[in-house]
Amino acid sequence: MATFFGEVVVAPSRAGVDDEEWAEEAREDTPEDREIRRELERKRYRPRGAPPPLSSLLWEIDVLWTLKSGASTESSADEPFVCSKFIVAVGHNAAAFLSSFILDSVCWEVVGVVKLWNEWCRTSNTTTVLPTDSFCLFYRLISDPTVLLCQCSCYVAEDQQFQWLEKVFGCMQKEGLQVTILSTCPVADYKTQESTLTLPSPFLKALKTKEYKEQVCCPLLEQPNIVRDLPAA
Amino acid sequence: LLQPAVSVGNVGQLAIDLVISTLDMTKVGYFYTDCLVPMVGNNPYATAEENSVELSINAEVYSLPSKKLVVLQIRSPFIKNKYKPFCQTLLSWVKSSKCARVILLSSSHAYQRDDEQLLGTPLRYLLTPDLEKAVGGLMQELSWKEMEKVAAYPGINDTEKVLHIPGGGITKLLFTESCSKGIQMAVLLKFCSEGDNIPDAFALVNYLNEWLQLIKSEVNTSSQWKIPSSWRLLFGNGLPPALF
Repeated sequence: MATFFGEVVVAPSRAGVDDEEWAEEAREDTPEDREIRRELERKRYRPRGAPPPLSSLLWEIDVLWTLKSGASTESSADEPFVCSKFIVAVGHNAAAFLSSFILDSVCWEVVGVVKLWNEWCRTSNTTTVLPTDSFCLFYRLISDPTVLLCQCSCYVAEDQQFQWLEKVFGCMQKEGLQVTILSTCPVADYKTQESTLTLPSPFLKALKTKEYKEQVCCPLLEQPNIVRDLPAA
Repeated sequence: LLQPAVSVGNVGQLAIDLVISTLDMTKVGYFYTDCLVPMVGNNPYATAEENSVELSINAEVYSLPSKKLVVLQIRSPFIKNKYKPFCQTLLSWVKSSKCARVILLSSSHAYQRDDEQLLGTPLRYLLTPDLEKAVGGLMQELSWKEMEKVAAYPGINDTEKVLHIPGGGITKLLFTESCSKGIQMAVLLKFCSEGDNIPDAFALVNYLNEWLQLIKSEVNTSSQWKIPSSWRLLFGNGLPPALF
């Protein structure tokens, strides 16, 4: 593509197609590449207690649940949680909403944390966090232990979203489960016939599955608006 | 199976939107995949209040039994390093579901054309050897142009030619994999640039129609395709009156 100044540049594509990245993918794997990949895979599923190599930290997500006894444990071998309601808040605003209006130390207890790392943020496995930290914590309602809440203020990268989804929901019993996802988007991203300047903001919109039979408290999201990333996953 | 490649200008995907919307196809399933960026929205082909609340996600399958047509629509970009796994999974699904042939709608960067390609039609096709035997003759009758190969080492050695589809996303990978797996695949692509790609989508879908005859081709074919409601506001919202 030629710019107005006459220089020829590679045009970025809205479709997310990046030729350089593509050329990398197209290179044939040499036997050395395959060996390196095998080693990385072995290290990803390391024995408990061994320090993780940097390569696996870059991608892997760990969900750690605090059981009644107070000991932390990996989630995979445990029985699925019996859960009737699961509320997930994604992003700083939604997490802050829960902190301000819902959560308190009397009615809710921390039951788990997600540990992840990406170029934008890192979470830890400590459950005492400051509001300015990036964190992803799970809470349970003491009076009804089947009500779970997740506050996720950290950014979950594109290639981690599916893993987050599988690991978190993999711990829960899915029959009779009602999931509510809270998230925020900039008003400027909202597509509407009028200009967004005249819209009374903030405003609520919802998306629901066919199976959700209850009343929704706000209008449904109109086409052509969409939701992406972790809330969508 | 008719599907798009996520490629320059999203032309393949727009063309697929036109096919699904015009033929009023029914959604029959979706791909649960970690290879595409997640997204969700309400039914993009909604025509009335009643059918506008069905959720829609990033990779869904539609069908029209009367034409033995199955369409896959892809609505988000690929996640880094996931091109190959997606192609492999897709092709094994094609084989296991005994799909007769696959048609891939795609596009390629217009600025990469050579002098000869700048003249004449911007539309091209490709056929895997297995499909060449079946429909090669038809392509000749339609006077379609096959996608040219380019020199592997331009300037150094012009004899070795390779297929090069810049901006085509998974097009080349799917095509070469299909050739080696004996799958009957056709690629229909248009040279284009980023911008308002709606006319490109119409051109591509009319090109497809010359072959498949999905709708009756009249003189003014662009008016025969139904634009889905989700194409509204492609280029932003209304303007604030205070601007003037």
